[in-house]
Amino acid sequence: MLLIHCPYCEEERSELEFRWAGEAHIARPENIAAISDEEFAEYFFLRNNEKGVTYERWRHIHGCGRFFNAARDTVSDKFLMTYKAGLPKQPIPAATKAEAIAEEKTVETWEQTEGDAR
Amino acid sequence: MRRYSVFAIAREAMRAHKGWDQQWTSPEPRSAYDVIIIGAGGHGLGAAYYLAKEHGITNIAVIEKGWLGGGNTGRNTTIIRSNYLYEESMDIYEHSLKLWEGLSQDLNYNTMYSPRGVMMLSHNIHDQQSFKRHINANRLYGIDNEWMTPEQAKAFVPVLDISKTARYPINGAALQRRGGTARHDAVAWGYARAAADRGVHIIQNCEVTDIRRGPAGEVQGVETSKGFIGAKKIGVSAAGHSSVVMEMAGVRVPLHSNPLQALVSEPLKPIFPCVVMSNTVHAYISQSDKGELVIGAGTDQYNSYSQTGGLQIITHTLDAICELFPIFRRVKMMRQWGGITDNTPDRSPIQGVTPVPGLFVNCGWGTGGFKATPGSANLFAHLIAKGEPHRLAAGLNLDRFRTGRLIDEAAAAAVAH
Repeated sequence: MLLIHCPYCEEERSELEFRWAGEAHIARPENIAAISDEEFAEYFFLRNNEKGVTYERWRHIHGCGRFFNAARDTVSDKFLMTYKAGLPKQPIPAATKAEAIAEEKTVETWEQTEGDAR
Repeated sequence: MRRYSVFAIAREAMRAHKGWDQQWTSPEPRSAYDVIIIGAGGHGLGAAYYLAKEHGITNIAVIEKGWLGGGNTGRNTTIIRSNYLYEESMDIYEHSLKLWEGLSQDLNYNTMYSPRGVMMLSHNIHDQQSFKRHINANRLYGIDNEWMTPEQAKAFVPVLDISKTARYPINGAALQRRGGTARHDAVAWGYARAAADRGVHIIQNCEVTDIRRGPAGEVQGVETSKGFIGAKKIGVSAAGHSSVVMEMAGVRVPLHSNPLQALVSEPLKPIFPCVVMSNTVHAYISQSDKGELVIGAGTDQYNSYSQTGGLQIITHTLDAICELFPIFRRVKMMRQWGGITDNTPDRSPIQGVTPVPGLFVNCGWGTGGFKATPGSANLFAHLIAKGEPHRLAAGLNLDRFRTGRLIDEAAAAAVAH
């Protein structure tokens, strides 16, 4: 289970209090009625699904109820940072990123298990 | 390839089992193939087998990052059924179920398909209405599925608690008798052996790092950890890593990768005669031939490539199992693991052409790809050979997210997502 820092409550709480809410920083097109089907599909369905650092929204649904953004490593599930909704995409400090990559090596993935078994 | 038979067993018994052949070879890759399939799980190996068997294309490489069948093929709970709601789904899952029925004979490999029945428990009036709608849709389409009262369900699965005071009371069940289980590893091995026998190269421990494209955007081959391998047609069948592989060709696919967990108990004597699923309380259980209870849990809510998953997910499932089958309360769990499932927005798979010429995709099987293995592989082979989808898989195209013709099993599926 994840421990998530809510930037509004300023506390680390268990994942059970939170609801994942998809990729962050996706803006609804202003001219939604005018865009093409391709553009709509891109806005509505296509997501990055990164292996590595991803930006996503969470909602502290059983706490303050507010949405916020987070940067998380999808290999180790480690949170690199959380920040309030409305702020632009926050850059990740190099030291945090290096730490996250080191953390990836502690997780059961192909690179760690099947790779080693060669 | 030497055929497996009762006579072969008798012959080998006479000479200390020294005459068994290697089931498949591990050749070094050629510089080019007619077709490359990325991912040697059941779907990828099966597609290579059917390309060779039904379409006469044998110059094929199946490239696998790890070992064959080591991803979701070896990590699922082996449930097989075809009682979906929509015609597009029924088409492909029923095609698959029919292939399961003859698969062991076709491959000359015992896949241990066991049509022991798949029972879905109904706990409330909504479940009941939804299941009856499924049953009617299935029967009209020629697929078996039947309604059972709680007493009939109890007669079929004696360990089920149907008392009125149960934590999760049961007001009926849907049963597909032709549903069941199969041996997951044997499916990968059987396809690998039969494909290799027809000349297919299975290249394990070889990671695809890029997809090379020509001046007109068409595929030319793949860069791998063993160097460049050329091909005019590439099929991607990479399950949870499909987005990562498709990104190499510059194609975005609408997928979310989520960990899905399963666990097995210590072995018990035969006690559980079929597969029981409860979508409402989220528990899937059957008993393997080794005697272990095989239990499927849910997916984590967030995107992840860690093959683990949160503990609260399996706790939730085990809570439900203990309530439904009180006799299992003191059974010890032996192993737990996770696999990465690739989920689409409408929870139906994607199989079809892509905007890149020569690149074909088979992904999005989410939490239920094992049951589809033979059918999906068979139709994927047709797609790669002909360049256009088979009638039974036409609705599963990637373009449906643009046209809006979704196959909304997200709401209709028998599994909770």
